[in-house]
This record gives sequence, structure tokens and C-alpha cells, in this order.
Amino acid sequence: MEITLDLIVFVVLALFIVVSSVMAVTTKRILRAATYLLFVLIGTAGIYFQLNYSFLGAVQLLVYAGGITVLYVFSILLTSSEGDQAEKLKKGKFIAGLAATLAALGICLFVMLKHKFLNQVFEHGELPVREIGHALMSTEKYGYVLPFEVISVLLLACIIGGILIARKR
Amino acid sequence: MIQMEYYLIVSTIMMFVGIYGFLTRRNLLAMLIAVELILNSVDINFVVFNRFLFPGQLEGFFFSLFAIGISAAETAVAIAIIINIYRNMRNIQVRNLDKMKW
Repeated sequence: MEITLDLIVFVVLALFIVVSSVMAVTTKRILRAATYLLFVLIGTAGIYFQLNYSFLGAVQLLVYAGGITVLYVFSILLTSSEGDQAEKLKKGKFIAGLAATLAALGICLFVMLKHKFLNQVFEHGELPVREIGHALMSTEKYGYVLPFEVISVLLLACIIGGILIARKR
Repeated sequence: MIQMEYYLIVSTIMMFVGIYGFLTRRNLLAMLIAVELILNSVDINFVVFNRFLFPGQLEGFFFSLFAIGISAAETAVAIAIIINIYRNMRNIQVRNLDKMKW
């Protein structure tokens, strides 16, 4: 397999994502975990850009990296006292979790690499935003107006629920 | 062209790192971060399957788009609950959350 620019970009992104996600769950300080989560989300947006889905990458950057991470940082600053360290877990539980995860990872990777997928084709070229907008607003087959409306109601309910739960009484 | 399996390997590793974090962390916010990793890896899978196996269709793309929106809503509600727990107990370690058991 020859080395192309595409492959180099992918390898850099993959290493960035894997290292950041491992650090996000192993680091002791929770604020650092949130920062590593931000790195993982930015790397994922990079993968979407590489797959020519710029719209999805932009949504990922705006909603995840922009919105959710700020929410995490604020709530960490509100709920964690100074020098808050991760609680020590019992050695047995720690090893059991690690062993279970590694075994499941091995099984999943084995099954996935053994499986024969359909023919893979990769069409270069950007997905036009006009097409996305038409599909999102269409009521025909392969139209997504119903989930679009449902998610708007869900977001409204979530705003009201968040205010009700978190307000001071 | 990069093989589809490479993307799937990355997302599988991310998913199981998230599961490992969910099993071993004992802070509610850290567990929520691990759940976020799991959701994100599934999004990558949908997009990759859409791109490589069904080009010309948009199902996986829209599934990821809506999953991003729903996970934002889920995170907002979860953080509201966590802040409320902190206000009542001054602590968000899982060990202390047994008030609702009986």
C-alpha cells in the first residue's frame, strides 16, 4: 500500500484520537479529562472532514466541541473542590474492568475484521448543502421532517427540564 | 483510498476505552465523559458505513446528525441533575449516592 497524503492525515488523526481518549479516562484530574475529551471531539470532526462530510464536521465542532465541552468545564468548576483527585478503586475491581474491556475489544475487533462487508466505494466530492437541506425538510420517502420536528420538541423539553431541575428553590 | 476497516478500528478502540472509563471511574462527571466517548464512536461508525457502503444515500449521515443533537440534550439534563445532587450532598462520588435506595 503506497503512502499518500490521505493516509498520513488519517494516521495522525487516529493516533491523536486514540491517545486522547485513553488519557481522558485514565487521567487523575477531571478538568484534564474534559480537555482530552475536547481533543477527541476535534479529532472526530477531522475524520468527518476527511470523509468529505464538511457539514457534519462543522456541526460536530459547533455542538460538541463548542457547546458540550463548555458545559462540562462549567459544571466541573461548580462541583469539584480544589485538588479533587479520582477516588482510588480497589485493585480487584480495576483489574476486572480492564480484563473485561480488553476481552470484549478483542472479540469485537476479531469479528469486525473477519466480516466480509459489501463492496467499498469512495466517491470524492463534497455533499452539497442544498441536498442536505432538501432531505431535512422533505416529507417524501427519505425525507427527515418528522425527526427534525421531534428533536426540536425534545430540545424544548430538555431546556425546561434543565431549568426545573437545576434552579434554586 | 483508505480502507473502511481502519476507521472502524479507531471507533472500536474509542468505544471500549469509553466502556473502560465507565466501569472504573467513580465520579459522575467522569462517567458522563466516558458515555460521551461511546456515543461519539457510534457516530463515526454510522458516517463511515454511509460513506463507504451506501454512497448516494443519506441515512447514516442524518442518524449521526440527530444523534449529536440528542446527546447534547442528554448531557444538559444529566449535568442539571448532577448539579442538583451536588447541591444536596456536597459531593458527586458514586459511593455516596445511596439516598434513593431502600
